[in-house]
Amino acid sequence: MQGQDEKKSTLRTLPGDDVRQIMWRFAERFDLQMLVQSARGVARGPVARLVAEGERNTHEWTAKKAALLTAFDEAGITAIFMAPEDGGYIEGPKNMALALAAFELSWVDGGAATGSLAGNLALSPIHECGTNEQRHRYMKAACPSQSGESRRARRGAFALTEPIPFVGVDTGVLSGKVRVAEWQDGREPILQVDKRGRFITNMGFADFVTAAVDTDDPRIKSSCMIILEEDDPGVYDRGVPTKKMVHQLSSTNDPVFSLKVPASRIIGGYTIKDGVIVPNLNHGEIIEVVFGHTRVTVGLMTGAKLLSAVEPLIRYHRGRFRGGETAGPGSPRYEFGLQQKEDVLHRLVDVWAAGEASASLGFTAARLFDDLDPLAKAKKQFFAEQNIAGGRAQMRALLKIQKDAVELIEIERQPENDRDRKRHAELKNDTLVRFVMLDTLANVLCPAAKLWNTGHGTNMMREAVSLMGGYGITEDCPGFLGQKWMDAQLEATYEGPESVQRRQLSVTMTNDLFLAQFKQWIRELRAIASRRPGTGACALATAMRLWLWTLERMQTTRDAEGAKLYQSARHGVTFPLADALCWLLAARLFILDVLELEEKGPSNPTVAEGLPGLLAFYMDLCHVQAARAASEVARICAELVFGYMRRPASNETGLDDCYADDDLEEANAADNADRQRPKADPFARFEGLEAFVRLRVLLDGRMSGARLAKDSAANALTRVMIPEALDYPA
Amino acid sequence: MSVQYQIFVCGGIVPDPLQTLDPVTAPAGPALKNEMMLPAVLDPFAWHALFEAARLARSSPGSKIYLVSLAPKAKLQQVMMSVAQKAVFDLVVIDGPASGFTDSNAVAAALSEAIQSVPGLDMNRLLVFGGWESASRGSGTTLQAVGEILGITDQFQGVDDLRIESDGSFRILERIDGGKHQVSTCAGAPAVLGWATGNLPEPPNNPQIGMTNMRGIMPALQKARPAKLNAQDLSYTSVTLPKQQRETRVVDKLSAEEIAREIAEWIKKS
Ligand SMILES: Cc1cc2nc3c(=O)[nH]c(=O)nc-3n(C[C@H](O)[C@H](O)[C@H](O)COP(=O)(O)OP(=O)(O)OC[C@H]3O[C@@H](n4cnc5c(N)ncnc54)[C@H](O)[C@@H]3O)c2cc1C
Repeated sequence: MQGQDEKKSTLRTLPGDDVRQIMWRFAERFDLQMLVQSARGVARGPVARLVAEGERNTHEWTAKKAALLTAFDEAGITAIFMAPEDGGYIEGPKNMALALAAFELSWVDGGAATGSLAGNLALSPIHECGTNEQRHRYMKAACPSQSGESRRARRGAFALTEPIPFVGVDTGVLSGKVRVAEWQDGREPILQVDKRGRFITNMGFADFVTAAVDTDDPRIKSSCMIILEEDDPGVYDRGVPTKKMVHQLSSTNDPVFSLKVPASRIIGGYTIKDGVIVPNLNHGEIIEVVFGHTRVTVGLMTGAKLLSAVEPLIRYHRGRFRGGETAGPGSPRYEFGLQQKEDVLHRLVDVWAAGEASASLGFTAARLFDDLDPLAKAKKQFFAEQNIAGGRAQMRALLKIQKDAVELIEIERQPENDRDRKRHAELKNDTLVRFVMLDTLANVLCPAAKLWNTGHGTNMMREAVSLMGGYGITEDCPGFLGQKWMDAQLEATYEGPESVQRRQLSVTMTNDLFLAQFKQWIRELRAIASRRPGTGACALATAMRLWLWTLERMQTTRDAEGAKLYQSARHGVTFPLADALCWLLAARLFILDVLELEEKGPSNPTVAEGLPGLLAFYMDLCHVQAARAASEVARICAELVFGYMRRPASNETGLDDCYADDDLEEANAADNADRQRPKADPFARFEGLEAFVRLRVLLDGRMSGARLAKDSAANALTRVMIPEALDYPA
Repeated sequence: MSVQYQIFVCGGIVPDPLQTLDPVTAPAGPALKNEMMLPAVLDPFAWHALFEAARLARSSPGSKIYLVSLAPKAKLQQVMMSVAQKAVFDLVVIDGPASGFTDSNAVAAALSEAIQSVPGLDMNRLLVFGGWESASRGSGTTLQAVGEILGITDQFQGVDDLRIESDGSFRILERIDGGKHQVSTCAGAPAVLGWATGNLPEPPNNPQIGMTNMRGIMPALQKARPAKLNAQDLSYTSVTLPKQQRETRVVDKLSAEEIAREIAEWIKKS
């Protein structure tokens, strides 16, 4: 037995950069690889030292915390966001770059990542929606100075949230207001802006603020976002620091502004129509574009923490009993420590698998946005050329393109020889078809990454903390696991808490084009399952069918009271389905990343050496995650499908509400005697649900091997070689 | 007018010092367990030499740095992702084993051949930098042999400081026992300087410098020639790790003398 075990390749070392570069598809991007090293240097150097020194124990913005900003500037982290013409160094879209930097920083401390990202969040409205002049001015000013320049980089804050009872999850009701202060004939209007902010990141030091305000003047048509600067006349009060228990290396304040600014600060510009200032974009439009990008990065922060917990946990478990008198070197107690206990290993496997799946989901989403950005520009240009203006007209045009995209998927289902080749080529090469495909996916993957990575990630972080015992909830815990757990709760909250993401998903996941792609994935997973059954693809494909079936059922049936099930206010239906989808997406993308490693790994000599063992381990992890996702989905779907049906009442069945034990046994016996007729069960009704029941039974069967995979992954954890010490202080 | 030096920094790669190093016997002789898979770094002594080279290049405008490395090129590529951010240099690669189990003479022959093959090499401007020893082999002989093969007789080992005097001569501090330094003066290039730790902090990473370097680094990696190291001449009878004994005690109020006394007692005891 031992001999056989030895022969099976297993994980030899923790996966290194070369493995990650393949899985997360940046093996050809040296700029990103360097950025990773650079951000890591800051994270495991100055950031880790501050955390270890206890600098998180103050709410104030201190000089030591401020020194991190300089470290970010010097290491090129601040300039990631800027285009080369504004002083940056990364060409093209920067979602993946930002995601990687956030991942590296939060590997050590989420607050450090937040501090660096909040500057980008402040710039994002200007970058995405600003006029050319605004964009160049603020992007340039925010870019760290090059050698020889004496200027100081300007830093920004993004102010949307307001004191209670105003803006929070709901961003519609703004108390922040803008009025015309002076408007002399032929001159630019001067506006009076009054805004109070709550929980505004970077506010302890920001030189400028991008603030959401509503109109309080008939001479201003709508709400807008507007740029406020510290030197503007009036009040620019940073307010008091928020007494937050998390992310203390970032600055958060409740500021107050009452300032006069020129109308040219309206983000995206304005026109004047009949004596009224008409902002080109209202605050809602801008916020939608901004958050479309930035939320993925937050999701990756929590994912990084889960993966960062693996090494300190293995080290802690292995060394737990060393140094004691009872366990000398060579004894199992000395060599394996707590790793002798199956539960410890199994739970760490769960933490690791969840971390991998969330990284796969997050990085896929980030790359997707990199692909989408240029296509979105092409779409804009197309609309301009075709003179398609206004939301409605554009929506109609996009719907037509969506139909084309669905047609493309249908064509691709057919065997190659049977396809209409001309039509296929036409659709395949259509930029707009590609745009709508990716856009529909982005609309699902972005909220999914934010929701699942941070929400489930926080739960799993708690698991990681508990695996460290009492140490886990001390400041001295190696890897800062306790802090990371608490921090994760903020990641689940800011930039839109879970409810916001669920709300968005409940709309975007029912899009026909998304569902067409989803069905395509089921077919692909079946093919994967026959090639690589060890990945759990089979169970996952069935769980996806179950989810789809349940979604359709919820959309087309009513509850026992006759009320519609799938509708926006019915969170009890839509939100769990959104959660279930996230499990599926994450597990699927993890499998795809491992298959990428299988394909590309052999051609990289440093990866090739340990590849068989690494793949065996990763496939086991995939299997564990797929099974976990499948059971989560099964649970949710069963609860929804049956939970909105009325329980057979006593007057219908002739039985009492409460069954005596022997009734129960009888019922079971009846059921056993006639398996073909489950409807004989007095507890539940299955009419019309045969397909669902069949899928569930199938799904149960397809869990085969998942626990064996877990055992095998657990076994690998006992053997993997880890470094002697963590590469950052504790 | 200051001299425009050609500074060749010789540096191999070693497993990240935090990794577990476990000697094993491979078909080609001794090796470290999972060596190809462990994250690697530039040899720490060469690392310091590179920072010193960068300082010298800054103070002597027009100077050029070459980093000469004998290492498995795939592994070296990963290491370059951080090294390339520290200073502007041209990379010269010889593809071969980085392990400390190669013969330092054979390595020196390969390094000097690579230096000699660089077009426009000018002995009057040539400075060979590197570590006075390496973190893998630790024999302290490679750089000396490189100098000898190149015919450079002005050699300094354990260097902590190099200053260029107004007449262009070098003032060099070499480490000797007791925390003291030997001060030497040298007329100028060519010279070999085997660095100890120097006295510069690690410069921050700068991806912008990195991206500039990468334009030359990738072609250099692609055209790297395989090293001809005569492995047959060498055999190892046994390989073990130095025995390590760790005992940690956190103190914050002890004087240096008290700490020294405690350490001395501990050493005597063990
Ligand atoms: C440290 C920190 C930093 C921050 N940084 C910034 C920043 O830089 N700029 C900025 O503008 N904001 C910032 N915020 C604010 C953050 O984005 C908000 O806290 C968040 O959006 C939630 O708003 P709220 O706290 O008012 O929650 P509420 O709106 O009060 O919501 C509370 C809870 O009620 C439920 N809920 C509310 N509405 C709905 C709904 N429609 N449907 C279903 N459930 C609902 C949800 O469970 C929600 O979590 C920060 C917050 C913190 C703590």
